[in-house]
Amino acid sequence: MAEMKILTKFIDDPRSNELEFYESVHGYDGMKKALSIAPEEIIEIVKKSGLRGRGGAGFPTGLKWSFIPKDIPKPKYLICNADEGEPGTFKDRKLIENLSHQIIEGMVIGAKAIGANKGFFYIRGEFNKGIDSMQKAIDEAYAKGYLGKNILGSGFDFDLVLYAGAGAYICGEETALINSLEGRRGHPRLKPPFPAVSGLYRCPTVVNNVETFSTVPHILDKGADWYSKIGTEKSPGTRLFSVSGHVKRPGVYEIELGTPLLELVNDLCGGMLDDVPLKAVIPGGSSVPILTAEECKTANMDFESMAAHKTMLGSGAVIVIGEGTDLVETTYRFARFYAHESCGQCTPCREGTHWVRDLLHKIREGEGTSADLDLILSLARNMEGGTTICPLSDACVGAVRPTILKFKHEFEARLKDKAVKEEVEQPAASGA
Amino acid sequence: MSYQFSSQSVARLDKLLEMFPDKRSVILPGLYLLQKEQGYVDREGMEALADKIGSPISLAQIYGVATFYTLYNKKPVGKYHIQICGTSSCYMRGNDKLEKHICSRLGIETGETTSDKKFTLEEVECLGACGYAPMVQINDAYYENLTFEKMDEILKDLT
Repeated sequence: MAEMKILTKFIDDPRSNELEFYESVHGYDGMKKALSIAPEEIIEIVKKSGLRGRGGAGFPTGLKWSFIPKDIPKPKYLICNADEGEPGTFKDRKLIENLSHQIIEGMVIGAKAIGANKGFFYIRGEFNKGIDSMQKAIDEAYAKGYLGKNILGSGFDFDLVLYAGAGAYICGEETALINSLEGRRGHPRLKPPFPAVSGLYRCPTVVNNVETFSTVPHILDKGADWYSKIGTEKSPGTRLFSVSGHVKRPGVYEIELGTPLLELVNDLCGGMLDDVPLKAVIPGGSSVPILTAEECKTANMDFESMAAHKTMLGSGAVIVIGEGTDLVETTYRFARFYAHESCGQCTPCREGTHWVRDLLHKIREGEGTSADLDLILSLARNMEGGTTICPLSDACVGAVRPTILKFKHEFEARLKDKAVKEEVEQPAASGA
Repeated sequence: MSYQFSSQSVARLDKLLEMFPDKRSVILPGLYLLQKEQGYVDREGMEALADKIGSPISLAQIYGVATFYTLYNKKPVGKYHIQICGTSSCYMRGNDKLEKHICSRLGIETGETTSDKKFTLEEVECLGACGYAPMVQINDAYYENLTFEKMDEILKDLT
């Protein structure tokens, strides 16, 4: 199989980030079309294309844009979420560093659609190379009249400001990102009100992912029908997948949605590193349930197939795990990540993520008992399903519970003197 | 004596104050400027930033923001700040072994600074480079697909 490159067709060209080169390959054509039609028409095209957000939740992009109220006097804001940081995910960085103009073009189209005259590019602070390439592209776009006042004589104004985050994963959550942009701690906000009604500076706001904005120019340029025919019925288009772990060629691949997972692993990524057998795959970033090697055989890379396998495409991060990998250690490290990144607002997350991490640490050290495994599963039930403002604690559960349930023998094998300990502890507990 | 921003930073702060509808948004980029100037953020610098942004932004608000975000160093670090990614994708490609190797080369434990103040080594959570693991960030740059040999070369170039 081969990649289906739409967004990334020119990504490996050394000139990919130069404005002149981008223009020579139909760059900014989608924007020109958008500037010549009504905002409602742009939203209709994006709705018809079936594009679903590429940040993780998969919400329909056109529908999101249509939620922005039209007749209120407040300013409207557009934000590009470039705070990529979920373990396994590194696809947006490639677009940011190599195709900055494509993102700007998508943002101008989005801004025209929702009537925003100001936008922000919120990029994770560690991406220094990306910060430089984006700022250069923004400056070039201003000089060329693609940003600023009266863009290409269309009467539409749009200013774009680059804003660097400061190392908080939670700021990838849209309301935490908004708080961060307002100069606050990255604490997620209660919803409703949703950002479309009350977002940045309490004004209507749309937040979209880098890959989503990068897709929009192609839809405007080539049409909704062209786009919706690619992929599957409910998951149209292509998607970027960042593959890491035990494959021969890790990296970022753009494939048609609906492609079998194992084709991605075996064909594009060259198969397993050192030809070890496949043990498991986490198909959409660390927060989504793990698939066993057996389940991988029938999984396709689209929203429907992943749902049928009780997992998700999430952020498009495929973590491939070979036989011999210590899943207790990897699960502990994922839990440690979520404990570190919990913003601390909600008790189930603040306490739960740290508690799960500590219990996994205990098991990892060979000091755990079967009661600790049960406690993790019990805690997980209290950390999910709307007990917190944002889904970070759900994400921790997604990274831990399915692995424990599907690979329980590995965790049990690490329990120290399991039988002896339980025998000793039982009478003490009953006598208490 | 209170902290004095350089004239370039003052000019940048003035520009930033015009860029945002609410001047509170200048706190994060302002802290970056402070860190760029002295390598870390401290109370005196935050006071100067609060004064520059002006009412109603207080030192307490800036301090609250600075302590939330991990990219702001709250104490001095070595000339070269080595941050090794410790998350699972990197672990699967040997970051734990690389970390031990760096420790033995520098003669320090993770979290410490060499006695000549040249290197600080820290283990951090996901740096978003999972496909190019193991990797480290040294100051502003990423170094990816590392081996012991490559790491030795990098350290040699920095000494």
